[in-house]
Amino acid sequence: MAMTGVLRPGHVALRVLDLEQAVHHYTEVVGLSEVARDAQGRVFLKAWDEADHHSVVLRQADEAGMDYMGWRVDSDATLDRLVAELEASPLATETTWIAAGEHPHTGRRFRFTIPTGHSMELYAHRDVTGCATGYLNPEPWPDGLKGMAPSRFDHCLLYGDDLDGTVELFTRILGFNLAEQVVAGPERLQIAAFLTCSNKAHDVAFIRQPMKNKFHHASFLLGSWNEVLKAADIISKKKVSLDLGPTRHGITRGETIYFFDPSGNRNEVFAGGYIWYPDKPTITWTDDQLGPAIFYHDRKLNEAFLSVVT
Amino acid sequence: MSIRIHIENCDDSFPCPEGSNVLRAMECLGRRGIPVGCRGGGCGVCKVRVLAGEYRNETISRACVSVEEEAEGYSLACKLIPEGDLRLRVIGKMARSFDATRGGFHFYGTPSAASHRS
Ligand code: FES
Ligand SMILES: [Fe+2]
Repeated sequence: MAMTGVLRPGHVALRVLDLEQAVHHYTEVVGLSEVARDAQGRVFLKAWDEADHHSVVLRQADEAGMDYMGWRVDSDATLDRLVAELEASPLATETTWIAAGEHPHTGRRFRFTIPTGHSMELYAHRDVTGCATGYLNPEPWPDGLKGMAPSRFDHCLLYGDDLDGTVELFTRILGFNLAEQVVAGPERLQIAAFLTCSNKAHDVAFIRQPMKNKFHHASFLLGSWNEVLKAADIISKKKVSLDLGPTRHGITRGETIYFFDPSGNRNEVFAGGYIWYPDKPTITWTDDQLGPAIFYHDRKLNEAFLSVVT
Repeated sequence: MSIRIHIENCDDSFPCPEGSNVLRAMECLGRRGIPVGCRGGGCGVCKVRVLAGEYRNETISRACVSVEEEAEGYSLACKLIPEGDLRLRVIGKMARSFDATRGGFHFYGTPSAASHRS
């Protein structure tokens, strides 16, 4: 099956308490490159292998957290079709169009709020400014990389109350599939959902939790377990706030490390995982095995990892 | 002469090097008492109230400590720089979002009570 409809997470917009500290973190530690600033003072960044103009947006605010996440769809026709379905559904609220150009090099975006309280956007156009190695006889990686140097922005994990509504919106309307889930208790209540719109184990994940619109982490892709270990060195070298890792997840099998930006927003860099196809059965984890599901080596629940959000 | 941080909840105290925030001083000594989260003033789990002493705050998320609360001595230990001995009460909690021993997902009070905001 060719990939159609919603193609990928295209951007994540984060609130930071100090813009220049945040830019330093995302460029020197994470290793993204700054590609633009706008009149509102927002900073736009991208990873080295991303073709589109930008994938991360930073805005100075008096609270940390996530403003919204944006999804690239395959065409204007798909955008119009999905918007009509979202407008007709009680699951999408606070629906609004954002004019073309409000993000640099980007077409019109449709913004809506999902049942867990997060703002999501769909868009069909963003200028392809190209990746760092180009598209004609490219080298495998560019010179001059800094920090952890992930190849792309990969996914977010978000916390919210109405998990059922959000999963229904992503699966029934946006065409995502449930790659993995965690269920709890004798009634097997779904408490975590790992959703994919592509060939990845997840493009976004949600955890059921009483507060609306909470941000757990934004994740970036590395090439190998060795690069995850090097990221751990960089975290110590640059005196970054470490959360957890390096370790492996049972869920999605990713090799991972977690840390915080200077405003307390959690970042992940990871490698590995698997390729997901539409005929792959959903993987289910039960709450009595949540330890190894989350951290496969340590096999223990970590309160800070589970509870600390912005 | 080093600054001492006294935590009222557990009647414990530890020294804090000049210029260091309270949370870092506690962590460097391997001490406990204040929950440790993001260390960036964003998550609120290290929220404290200063009962006595001189200090300054670095930038903290208003989702965790409002302007009014800050005026009443509330702060985040990871952004709290003592300028003399401090007496603190720990306010922040690791909201237990999941309790595997009880076989399910637990809501700890209402959404607002479960949050670190007070
Ligand atoms: S540890 Fe997160 S605000 Fe202090
Ligand atoms: Fe992740």
